[in-house]
Amino acid sequence: MTMLTKVKSSREAADAVYDYALPAGEGWMYELEPGQVLRLVDTEGNQAADTLFYDADNPEDHFSAIHTISAQKNVYLTTGSKLISESGKELLEIVADTVGRHDTLGGACSAQSNTVRYAHDRLPMHNCRDNFMLQLAKHGESFTKRDIAPNINFFMNVLVTPEGGLSFEDGISGPGHYVEMKAKCRTKVLISNCPQLNNPCSGFNPTSIRLLVWDQ
Amino acid sequence: MENLWNLTLGSGAKWSGIISKGKLIRIRALEDGANLSGLLFNAGNLTESYNMPDTLKAQHTSRLTRGNVLMSDNGRAMASIVEDDLDWHDPIGGYTTRQLTDEKYGKTTFQENQNEWFRSGEENLAMELMRNGLQFRDMVPVFNLFSKIKVDEFGDMHFIEGHCKQGDTVTLRTEMDVVLLLSNTPNPHDPRKDYPSVPVEIEVLPAESVKEDDYCVNYRPENKRAFENTWDYYKLVTQ
Ligand SMILES: [Zn+2]
Repeated sequence: MTMLTKVKSSREAADAVYDYALPAGEGWMYELEPGQVLRLVDTEGNQAADTLFYDADNPEDHFSAIHTISAQKNVYLTTGSKLISESGKELLEIVADTVGRHDTLGGACSAQSNTVRYAHDRLPMHNCRDNFMLQLAKHGESFTKRDIAPNINFFMNVLVTPEGGLSFEDGISGPGHYVEMKAKCRTKVLISNCPQLNNPCSGFNPTSIRLLVWDQ
Repeated sequence: MENLWNLTLGSGAKWSGIISKGKLIRIRALEDGANLSGLLFNAGNLTESYNMPDTLKAQHTSRLTRGNVLMSDNGRAMASIVEDDLDWHDPIGGYTTRQLTDEKYGKTTFQENQNEWFRSGEENLAMELMRNGLQFRDMVPVFNLFSKIKVDEFGDMHFIEGHCKQGDTVTLRTEMDVVLLLSNTPNPHDPRKDYPSVPVEIEVLPAESVKEDDYCVNYRPENKRAFENTWDYYKLVTQ
């Protein structure tokens, strides 16, 4: 039903200055310089990359899902989407995307939200919010739990219906699909490669994502 | 039932305060086209706040109405919508920024316009966050009472005009001791040219204790588990 615009990138993996396969269920934090390009590859398909951004020169200024979708008056992200911070600063722009749509409303899974969504006994299961907290704790500085704002779920297909429903659909991503974004300023990137085993967002089989960075 | 407290929030006004659990917060639009932006924090632990994605995904909804629960990032029911004249309150439209307010309605200043100057949701909420020991970094997506934003099959967001009529009322029931932050500033998606903020009246009343057959508790199994998480929390923090 929805028209998906897919835009390929001309960048070659061999030219990347950074190339890393982030295992399923692990967190990652990295700082991009202005002009650097980050690519997330859904290596085996059906994976969710829960992602947050911070202005590295003012880490208290986090990514704002709502400013981002309000500015473009559309709830999905794809090529051309500008990723905006809470203060209104443009942090990055998506420059290539072979999926066509990424989620801004589903947020990151947590032990606590798993108890609500599935059952109280899911509390011990590994989750994205714990990954975010561990990475922020390791990166010290001034980060605290309050810096965990609603995030982007790259590769996830969360549909908003005209009746106001929210449905989690099977992935429209697939093996090798990717999204690429260019940093507009010094930007900290925080990723949790989702360990969710309770719903199809990772196909009940979380897999690695490949992270590539180019200088331009 | 006896009214404990009331307040009229005029155009552009803001308010924050602690409201303990077991109270009704009844909010009435005094004119057509109201929009009241709100945030909730746990009064006993400010690191816990209303969480838009957790609220929406647990209830499979992108609109808030009677039966829905405003959930925290710790999986707890903070407040529930127990009465509602409208079938849709907006959780995804966000708040107005200073820049958007100036661009859309014309630049105003206190010096020039005195208290008729146009307030922004960004500044109103920033001030109320600070007042409660929080900072702008604690800003998260707000809920916008009285507004409706429809998302079409392409993902485009459409503000529905004429949704809220004078006298429309929505009632929240506090399930936790909360800090409630309110900003009576326009919905950023409202296309009206003249600063669209109208007065709202807020009444606080005691709520009856939550019964087993409560509508919000039983609205979805997810809601019941969020309530159970809240009740469990209070077993530990109260005598
Ligand atoms: Zn997750």
